[in-house]
Amino acid sequence: MLKVESIDVFYGNIQALKGVSLEVQEGEIVTLIGANGAGKSTLLKTISGLLKPKHGDILYEGQSIAGKAAQMIVKQGISHVPEGRRIFANMTVEENLELGAFLRKDKDGIRQDFEKVYQLFPRLHERRKQLAGTLSGGEQQMLAMGRALMARPRLLLLDEPSMGLAPLLVKTIFRIIEEINSFGTTILLVEQNANMALSVADRAYVIESGRVVLSGSAEELNASEQVKMAYLGGH
Amino acid sequence: MELIQQLVNGISLGSIYALIALGYTMVYGIVRLINFAHGDVFMVGAFVGFYAITSLNLGFFPALLLAMVVCALLGVIIERIAYKPLRNATRIAALITAIGVSLFIEYGTIYVRGAQPEAYPSTLLPDKSIEVFGVTISSQSLLILCTSIVLMILLQLIVHKTKIGKAMRAVSYDSEAARLMGINVDNTISATFAIGSALAGAAGVIFGIYYIKIEPLMGIIPGLKAFVAAVLGGIGIIPGAMVGGLALGVIEALVSGLGYSLWRDGVAFIVLILILIFRPSGLFGKNVREKV
Ligand SMILES: Nc1ncnc2c1ncn2[C@@H]1O[C@H](COP(=O)(O)OP(=O)(O)OP(=O)(O)O)[C@@H](O)[C@H]1O
Ligand SMILES: [Mg+2]
Repeated sequence: MLKVESIDVFYGNIQALKGVSLEVQEGEIVTLIGANGAGKSTLLKTISGLLKPKHGDILYEGQSIAGKAAQMIVKQGISHVPEGRRIFANMTVEENLELGAFLRKDKDGIRQDFEKVYQLFPRLHERRKQLAGTLSGGEQQMLAMGRALMARPRLLLLDEPSMGLAPLLVKTIFRIIEEINSFGTTILLVEQNANMALSVADRAYVIESGRVVLSGSAEELNASEQVKMAYLGGH
Repeated sequence: MELIQQLVNGISLGSIYALIALGYTMVYGIVRLINFAHGDVFMVGAFVGFYAITSLNLGFFPALLLAMVVCALLGVIIERIAYKPLRNATRIAALITAIGVSLFIEYGTIYVRGAQPEAYPSTLLPDKSIEVFGVTISSQSLLILCTSIVLMILLQLIVHKTKIGKAMRAVSYDSEAARLMGINVDNTISATFAIGSALAGAAGVIFGIYYIKIEPLMGIIPGLKAFVAAVLGGIGIIPGAMVGGLALGVIEALVSGLGYSLWRDGVAFIVLILILIFRPSGLFGKNVREKV
């Protein structure tokens, strides 16, 4: 479904990604783990069109999307839940969700998706008239995910959805990620919480200083000494 | 009664400031740029309205509409040519460019049509006096006030109810997140310039009808005062610009009414200094959200 082919991405003359390749098959949950500054967010931003790769290509369903405008990529079915949620705090929950469906014209479909999102996140329904900035961190994460789902994506990019959440809430969020996946949405999940990420993922990539250093099935990586040492707290 | 009369004048003047201030504030909200050419767009609107009325024999509303359309286009062109290439440049570069654009429009207008002033025909709108509770209000200022209010209500509807309005708010809050929603940031910025400039154009025509005399440098002082109004209300905040404009108009009129009419222009800048000292985020500004 998605194929990233040895891309190089720069910020000015700092190279953040060095020949990164990665693949996501339809229906999978693929996770990308790595330390701070490894280049995880950079990769997601490049896929969703916020950044352009200098070299290499990104294929989505066989077509190159590298360097295309972000709105074209959303239109083609890739939604990105950015790191730090980035919800529109000065708008209501409902308006945030509406913006998620910005490019859609199918009124009935949008209404159905509102219901789906409210079913997935009942909290959001209770707070739909409330300003998004007044939500708790966990609720904001739910809103960011709900907002992305409103585009009815076929591929969902999630950047550290568990960041800053209490353990119980992290569990809830991961359960919901699996639920979203079970409805047929493919997921590329960036996480620092490698334990949780590997427990829901089918396959995983490990990225270090802009390079993919390891990849394999989630079980393989869970068992790997290298991953245990670096990302699973050595147990 | 004299005081109330002044108050009415102040509200009329203030509604002109408010219309101009809206453009400053909307543009600042979305691209963090003080568009110093905005007062000149107001001037162009006044001239378009003047020529529409005198040469094309249009009535008030068609002339108003034409001025708004021309100014909307002008605003979009200014943004595309002068500001867009500088979007990632330093603020000072953009600011200097804005001043350059302002001078270009002012002296370009003088080059094209000369520096001589023009006078709006005074017969355009019926000028009856209406007596309300002992205060005489001219039907003209009433119509002007109503037009401004309708335009401001329209703006609120656009900003809160339409798709482009929601896109404008989203981009001004977080343009990268807006891009992830599929919003075309360039078009949204153009729309913001178009709407803000159309309001300035309307203000130009209204100004001409109210104050009769127009000339190519007429945009400077109202432009500066509208800027003060925008800062007073809280730059970037739409209702702030409306209230700031009205407040400034009323303050000026009251100062004149108390017999200090020579202080009229000065008082606006005293207000600016006071607000910058005591409440830099403006009347409506909450915590200042500096973009990182
Ligand atoms: N806007 C930017 N300008 C310059 N350098 C940047 C920018 N954003 C990221 N970088 C650099 O690119 C590298 C990769 O950053 P990135 O945000 O992709 O890391 P990350 O893996 O997402 O880290 P984290 O887990 O902390 O979110 C880092 O060295 C970072 O300093
Ligand atoms: Mg990151």
